[in-house]
Amino acid sequence: MTSALGSVPAGSGTAPRPGGADPQLPVRPHRKRWGRTARWVGWLWVLPALIMYGVFVLRPLVLTVQYSLYRWNGIGTAQWVGFDNYLTVFTDRDLLKIITNAFVLIIFFSFIPVALGLLVASLVRRITTGPGGTLVRTVLFLPQVIPLVAAGIAWSWVLSSNGLVNQLLRTVGLERVTRPWLGEFSTALPSVGVIGTWIMLGLCTILLVTGMSKIDPSLYEAARMDGAGPIREFFAVTLPSLRQEIGVCLTVTVIAALASFDIVYTSTSGGPGIQTTVPGLEIYRLAFSQRQVGLASALGVVLMLLVLVCVLPIQRLTRGEKA
Amino acid sequence: MNLTSRSERVSGRIFLIALVVVTLLPFLSMLSAALQPRGTVPTGLAWPSDPQWGNFVDAFTAANMGALLKSSMLIVAGVVPIAVLIATMAGFGLGHLRVAGGHLAFGLLLLGLTLPFEAVVTPLYYQMRDLGLLNTRWAIILPLIGLYMPFAVFWMRAHFTNVPRELSEAARVDGSNTWQLFWRVHVPLARPAIASLTILLFLWTWNQFLLAIVMVDDATKRTMAGALGAFQGQWGTDLVLLCAGSLLILTPTLIVFVIFQRQFIKALLQGSVKG
Repeated sequence: MTSALGSVPAGSGTAPRPGGADPQLPVRPHRKRWGRTARWVGWLWVLPALIMYGVFVLRPLVLTVQYSLYRWNGIGTAQWVGFDNYLTVFTDRDLLKIITNAFVLIIFFSFIPVALGLLVASLVRRITTGPGGTLVRTVLFLPQVIPLVAAGIAWSWVLSSNGLVNQLLRTVGLERVTRPWLGEFSTALPSVGVIGTWIMLGLCTILLVTGMSKIDPSLYEAARMDGAGPIREFFAVTLPSLRQEIGVCLTVTVIAALASFDIVYTSTSGGPGIQTTVPGLEIYRLAFSQRQVGLASALGVVLMLLVLVCVLPIQRLTRGEKA
Repeated sequence: MNLTSRSERVSGRIFLIALVVVTLLPFLSMLSAALQPRGTVPTGLAWPSDPQWGNFVDAFTAANMGALLKSSMLIVAGVVPIAVLIATMAGFGLGHLRVAGGHLAFGLLLLGLTLPFEAVVTPLYYQMRDLGLLNTRWAIILPLIGLYMPFAVFWMRAHFTNVPRELSEAARVDGSNTWQLFWRVHVPLARPAIASLTILLFLWTWNQFLLAIVMVDDATKRTMAGALGAFQGQWGTDLVLLCAGSLLILTPTLIVFVIFQRQFIKALLQGSVKG
């Protein structure tokens, strides 16, 4: 209970008074009362938030775990099945493919935006502060602001047979490559990934460029003096200095990839087949169309754990000691 | 040496401009499709010879935009003020008053920070059904407040942890109680943090899709994003109208974004850094 500035716990009778008053003066009664009880009364401040969190997050979370141990159609009586639902999640071919899909999306949602963002950041170093810079920032943030659903609809049009992508390909004479990108088995998942890249790229670029502008220029001068080329410079100066920003980008985008729902729902509904189905979509389907609440819940628990397993190491690696 | 760095800068600029163009193209492509005559099959990006601005009027009526706007605003009005208030209070209690055992409460909240909504949406549905709230806006409002708590409290606590405790000591000597202290001293000081949080929660609520389609069947009682899902289901084959409707549904967020652009970008950057 001591603050950074070293004041003695309140109510102990010797608390230094602000304004340099004599610390030996007896403390007024209301201060004494505050010191003893406030730490408990303080819970009243936290309680409303905790209640909402408890009722609408913790309780459902516990229930998800409970449901996952039963076979239940949402209406009739539930039947205890132990870990059968989890067994299904980890052995069913389709479900495994669906989980794999989410990991493939990480490449597009996380790795590509961070790599491209780093490239732009190390070349630009800082976005100009003038109106041009503001414009660039504003535009690059647009995909973050619009509903993901709208991004899904926009891109399903851009990637359709008559869409912009095929139009551009035709203009440069690549007629034979044109196809309904979201409709074909081989291209559907990467195409959904491209939508994710489009959404995340601006955020990552701006985060990284902002981080970049905080790096001390003398570090680069020193590197150049030592005869480092642009590539060595990148690995010796840029990458270590941006560790925290890279960690943030990876955390945000990996969660977005694993828990994706909106984009897939509107652009492909998971098709063709289950080619682009992701865990989030499958949970929705299992729970609300197929009435397999138990299996949906098991998949939900697995999804939650997958997110943690992916995000915690990123946090540990990049937050730890900042270089 | 100067020369290489200059050519690097130029290629950086080119990359940046390319990024801007790629970001804008889907919007332009949608706009060009939305302006084609109804019933035609548009191609990628072609400015129509006779732009049909009337399509937006049709889409406005077809999507029942007036009702949608009202519904989204009601949901935002139900979620954001309460969520911001109770998160600010909790952040104050945990970060400044440092209640006994506060770290336990905080740890519990941290659990929810990376939680995908999909993991709790099923039990939430049955919970809302048992409360008789399905197909009402409450079924979106109440869970959202709860689901925002981990981030919102984390955010406000981070602010209050950095406020010097001497500030409260001084106010206490003046004889104000904790409640007055909170409203007169700490809330005014926390305004930037509160503003950023408000912007983020507004955006997340407005764009919330999953809860909207699970809890509410009637599109006119959903959020904007949820309504767009229904609009797509209904008009998915009429590409011209779908594009016009999507752009209309985008517009309110875009307007708010352009007005509060500076604060928005700051909030989003800080939000992702802290989240």
